[in-house]
Amino acid sequence: MSQFTEQFRRSFVIAKKNIKIYYSKGPVIIFGLVFPLFLALAYVIGRNISLKEVLPGLIGMTTFFTATSVGPSIVPWETRSKTLERLLCCPVALWTIIVGDMLSSFIFGLIISAIPLALTLVLTIEPLKFIILLFGLVIANLCFAALSVLLSAYPPTDIPATSMMLSSLVKFPLVFISGVFIPVEQLPQWGMTIASISPLTYFTDLTKQLFLNKGFYPLALDFLAVAAFAVAFIFAAVKLHEKTLAKRLS
Amino acid sequence: METAITVRDLTKHYEDVTAVDHISFEVKKGEIFGFLGPNGAGKTTTIRILTGLIRPDEGEAFVAGFDVLRNPIEAKQRIGVVPEVSNAYIDLSAWENLVLIGRLYGVPTQKLRENAMNLLKEFGLYEVKDKLVRAFSKGMKQRLLLCTALVNDPEVLFLDEPTSGLDVESARLLREKVNQYNRDGKTVFLSTHNMEEANQLCHRIAIINHGRIAAIDPPENLRAQSMELQYIEVAFNKPINPQEFSQNPNIIKAVSAGNKVRIYTANPSAVIEFLVDFAKKKRLQILSLNTMMPSLEDVFLKLIRGKEAAKQ
Repeated sequence: MSQFTEQFRRSFVIAKKNIKIYYSKGPVIIFGLVFPLFLALAYVIGRNISLKEVLPGLIGMTTFFTATSVGPSIVPWETRSKTLERLLCCPVALWTIIVGDMLSSFIFGLIISAIPLALTLVLTIEPLKFIILLFGLVIANLCFAALSVLLSAYPPTDIPATSMMLSSLVKFPLVFISGVFIPVEQLPQWGMTIASISPLTYFTDLTKQLFLNKGFYPLALDFLAVAAFAVAFIFAAVKLHEKTLAKRLS
Repeated sequence: METAITVRDLTKHYEDVTAVDHISFEVKKGEIFGFLGPNGAGKTTTIRILTGLIRPDEGEAFVAGFDVLRNPIEAKQRIGVVPEVSNAYIDLSAWENLVLIGRLYGVPTQKLRENAMNLLKEFGLYEVKDKLVRAFSKGMKQRLLLCTALVNDPEVLFLDEPTSGLDVESARLLREKVNQYNRDGKTVFLSTHNMEEANQLCHRIAIINHGRIAAIDPPENLRAQSMELQYIEVAFNKPINPQEFSQNPNIIKAVSAGNKVRIYTANPSAVIEFLVDFAKKKRLQILSLNTMMPSLEDVFLKLIRGKEAAKQ
């Protein structure tokens, strides 16, 4: 077995460990379940719009918040408990650990985003569109999970709350500029420019195209952008964690 | 004899502090190699470099035949590590900790189950294998760490202050197990500041201070290098002024130690003869007479202080 495959297999071992330990941690439940739930309720209640119109924003928001809820806390937690050092003593590369953390964040996002996805079954959505949505959901979850692990890289803190707080500072503005609450086409030119640098914009646009047949960008571009952001975030997360590792271990 | 660890000119700086300063040494296969030094001497930094945790600024290191800088995964595949700070996953059970580490080493499932079960039984943790480590005492956590370090049946075992702060029973068990592991032909790299532990366990000891190796030798050779530190303690039936011995050429120094006189010498037999004659002449009775070899602690302090004095 090639070393890459073996390392990738070990990423799953790390992800499994993360699932056991971190899914039940308070901050993960608050940021990954309670928060998106109340945000979704605030988004839906009192608005006289159909489920079909609600779902794109709801799926986008839920996926984004849940997939980014586990990642920011793992590395700071493991730095504090010195378990990061334990993992690094094992025959695993740093990228193996980072990918393991991403996978656990990704799986959490995938499980929770299945709830709004199930709502799409109430609608008469075409099977092909459902498959496209499913595919988009997987890529988006991966992208957001990678972003969450990237957000845990700097500053190299060992306090999970600090990392969670700083990641929220990035996450909240992203939700507001990504067409979830205000459609991208209704934003001023500068708003559209800012929206174009958010991966959530493309995922929300993708869901809007599937449910409402109206999007700001071509569907292919939505997919390509989310995938490109995912690759960039994975690469940046590994590089930045490599750079800050010595400081974490000191 | 084949080498298990080779270190050449290893150097590590932290900002303006040199933690490890061009150290070189070799550890033979099947040896228990002690790494002795005061706090901040560079012991943990050396272990962290050898276990692939941090990169040195200069020099090279080979573990189990693999360059830890160029082939860190291959090198780490062949080692087990018990770090200075207990770092088992407290939210997992003892069994889950072992399985996690075993899987990260790629140990096949059946072999892993056997190893994990045997180790937990051997270290008296089998009964509590499904309990969360959070509930474990320090001794139990340390025993579990040794289990996790051995689960992949490593060629080289790194132990960083393994018995620090442990109760007597757990410390003894750990030492016994390290000895047993070594009897199976495996290599142990033991960092400690516990002289007695190093003395009991190690075939050779390196003394490190201010990031530099002060000496490398078997414990008995280290002691032999400091024969001027051996002394005779003698008690007479009447008080004696130690100054009375100052003229004897075989006596380096004589000091009072309670009701005894402590006489430092490199030639104990000549001094014993002298003391017997002295007692006869002065009509004194010798109540007790003991020859004391220098302890490893004496040697250690001599080397450390000697280097510090030389620096000043």
